[in-house]
Formats: sequence, C-alpha cells, structure tokens
Amino acid sequence: MTESAPHPHSAAAAPAFRRGLRAFTPLIPGVVPFSMVAGIAAVQAGFTPAQSIAFSLIGYAGSAQLVASQMVAAHAPVALIVLSSLIVNLRFAMYSASMLPLFGGVPLSSRWPLAYGLTDQAYAVTVGRPGTEANPVAYYAGAATLMWLSWQSGTVVGALLGARVPAGWPLDFAVPLSFIALLVPVLHTRPQVLTAVVSALVAVAANGLPFRLNLVLGAVCGVAAGLLARRSQAGQA
Amino acid sequence: MKIWLVIVGVGLVSLLLRSSFLVLLRGRHLPGRVTSSLGLVPAAVLAALIAPDLLVSPATGTLDLLGPRLLAGLIAALVAWRTRNVLWTLVAGLSLLVGAQALGWR
Repeated sequence: MTESAPHPHSAAAAPAFRRGLRAFTPLIPGVVPFSMVAGIAAVQAGFTPAQSIAFSLIGYAGSAQLVASQMVAAHAPVALIVLSSLIVNLRFAMYSASMLPLFGGVPLSSRWPLAYGLTDQAYAVTVGRPGTEANPVAYYAGAATLMWLSWQSGTVVGALLGARVPAGWPLDFAVPLSFIALLVPVLHTRPQVLTAVVSALVAVAANGLPFRLNLVLGAVCGVAAGLLARRSQAGQA
Repeated sequence: MKIWLVIVGVGLVSLLLRSSFLVLLRGRHLPGRVTSSLGLVPAAVLAALIAPDLLVSPATGTLDLLGPRLLAGLIAALVAWRTRNVLWTLVAGLSLLVGAQALGWR
C-alpha cells in the first residue's frame, strides 16, 4: 500500500481488472451465440435492427430480452411485458445483494456503472474468483467490461442478420447450453445439488404458468430445499 | 412507439434490480440468513432456466423425456463438468441436437 492510495480499492486495480478480463475470456464463445440469438429474436418479433441494438444497450438482459421479444410478437400489453422482465430479472437483485459485501469503499459514481454491468456471467466469474484475489471489485469490473463488449457485438451481428437465419437452425438451444456451462461449476456441495434439482423439477412442473413465473417459483422452492438440507447437515455435525 | 416503451421499461426495471443492493440499499447490513440463502440462488435460477428447455417439447409444450434436447443437454453437462469450457459445451450440445434432428429425431 502506498500513501497515494486513497482507499484499498484503488490499490492494484489495473492488474486485478486484467485478471478479471482474462478470467472472462473462456465465456465469450458462450455469450456471443446467446447475444446473437437475442438480436435475431427481437428483429423477428418486429423490432427494427436499430431498436434491437438499443434493446441490448438499454435493457442489457438476455433472458428478459428473449421473453419480451416473444411477448411483443404475441401482441402482449407493455405493462405485462415489463412485469415479466421484472420477474425474469429478479435474480439480479439477488446477485446485487450477494456482491454488496465486496463493495465497501466504492464511491457512488462507480456503483451505477458497475451495477449496470451485472449479469449472470460476470457474477459467476466473480463468485468463482481465486481466493487470493486482492481487489474483487476491479476483478469484477474487468469481467463485466468484457461481457458487455461480447454481448453488444453479438447483438449487433444478430440484429443485422435478422430474419436471414434459416428457421430450421436450433440456435435457441445455445441459450440453455451456455447456462449449463455456468451451472455445472457452482454445484460444489450436496445442498447446492439439491437446490438445482428441486428448482429444475418445479420449473418444469409449473411450465404452464404465464410470464415465466415457473422460473421464480422453481428458484424459491430450490433455495428453500437447499436451506433445509444445510440445516439438517448442520444438525448432524 | 410501443417497442420503445418496452425497451425503456425493461431497461429501467433491469437497472433498478441490479442497483437495488449495490446502490440503493448500500450500507445496510444483511442478516446472516439472507446472505447464506443468496449462495444458493445461482444454482436455483440457472437450473430453473435450463430444465424446461431440456424437458419440455418446443412443439407441443408438454413433458418430453424422450426428445433429443434432454440427451444433448446431459451430454453437454458432462462435457462442461470434464472440460470446464463453454465452447466445448456448446459444440457438444448443438452438434448432438443438429445430428439428431438430421436423423429425424425430434
């Protein structure tokens, strides 16, 4: 620590940022197809290419963009579309809370752009950082920056390709596949496995619910099952 | 006009949720029970996002345990576990699905 460092987070920020960038690079091949699919889906739902690109810049939420595009194509009212994006994106609030302990001393002016960059992938990379990481916020900023660049370039390509993608290509399957690549590394303990299994079963059983409510219901039941499993483990110990 | 309302509405909702704790509720101390349940959130949300895409037929909207998507997803999960590599996971899952569909398995 040098005397010129005003607070711990400015110390060694640049190398930590680069470590975050580097940790994110293996995820790029999973992000780009996903973002292309989001760009294509919006155009196929009736967005102009410029609107599809704006949706990625302003919304910056892949699952919500896909759901909203489907609902625009189905002529759903705006209020319902925004409500379902709230439900699909509720996990961002959970990520936001989970990142909070890392953010001590980070000024408000940096918190807004850092919060805007919060995604499944940037969160997963930050949670999986090495235990020795001295500056998790700069590490997160590096991962989030590369995620943003990958996402935006993918949607630009997708928006411009638009309706020219043949209907028979199962490109939409790239979406669950990239989530699988994110899920497998977080399944460390038995409660986490139980959480995933219960959440998956409930989400499938409740698949008929509107506005992807099955996602929220599955996640809540999964977390409850995982907490119960943890408690019984603690009881045995 | 409607599309711009959707874009701005979804954008506002997303930013508010992301900034909820990091900006708006900063400085509050969360109870231990809250932080410990948060550790389970990614597994729960990701599993709920994935499962319907593997187990529900896109054509009929009903449970389908014999479709190629479940097998492709399971093989992709195995590849993800062995390689920890997103690209190989995508290649394995997508090529299996494309192959199965080319053979008429849907």
